[in-house]
Amino acid sequence: MIPVTAYLVVSGLLFCIGLYGVLARRNAVLILMSIELMLNAVNINLVAFSRYLAPGEFTGLVFAIFVITVAAAEVGLALAIIIRLYRNKATVNVDEIDLLKW
Amino acid sequence: MVAWLGFGILAGATVAGALGTVTSRNVVHAALYLLVTLIAVAGLFLMLYAEFLALVQVLLYGGAIVLVLLFALMLTRLRGGDASLDNPQKPLAALAGLATLALVLGVVLSTQWPGEQPAGGAMGFAVWGGGLFRQWAVPFEVASLVLLVAVIGAVAISRPGGDE
Repeated sequence: MIPVTAYLVVSGLLFCIGLYGVLARRNAVLILMSIELMLNAVNINLVAFSRYLAPGEFTGLVFAIFVITVAAAEVGLALAIIIRLYRNKATVNVDEIDLLKW
Repeated sequence: MVAWLGFGILAGATVAGALGTVTSRNVVHAALYLLVTLIAVAGLFLMLYAEFLALVQVLLYGGAIVLVLLFALMLTRLRGGDASLDNPQKPLAALAGLATLALVLGVVLSTQWPGEQPAGGAMGFAVWGGGLFRQWAVPFEVASLVLLVAVIGAVAISRPGGDE
């Protein structure tokens, strides 16, 4: 049988790949995709812990549902902001969006 | 043995899709690699006997979120080709990712986790519904409120000609 460690390793890999993507990418939409990867890593963790360590309860699964909900809200809002930025500055390159820098 | 085979395929697809997402030189390919990862994660949920979550994952992530991301990619055409997708700080980003990975793997592998196998048996939809609407009713309503606010906010932000 597969130990819980295997799921945690996959989740850790996914999270770190997402972290790399957030730091290395320049296109705002690609950064958003990397954030989705990190959220999915967290979801794998929540579900694995819930099923291995607390069978019979499903608090972890409900948390995963809420993470998915928040991710959906986040994607909707972030894409609205990105499209607005694109209309105002004609770019989605986060290096050029530096109005708040001094 | 069969379980390990399935797990290996799903885990490999998850990690390969994620790597494709963060390294692809084409934004649409990156979105499709993300889709591979999301479907593979749904498979991992199935292996953990969380079939409702797998369903939600495929419907919401695989369907809605990837579709919206693709729409955003189409609405924001790139200037200067795909050469400017990555930062100059890429090596530092790789270093940060690898350092975090070493930390996480070190902690995960050096801990003795209780529980050898997932709780067997599918969790019926009736159990889910009962828990979600009794025990978790208030957070559930708050989540729907969050979604409502997000939708209204998105419409208000992206409305054309709203520069008051």
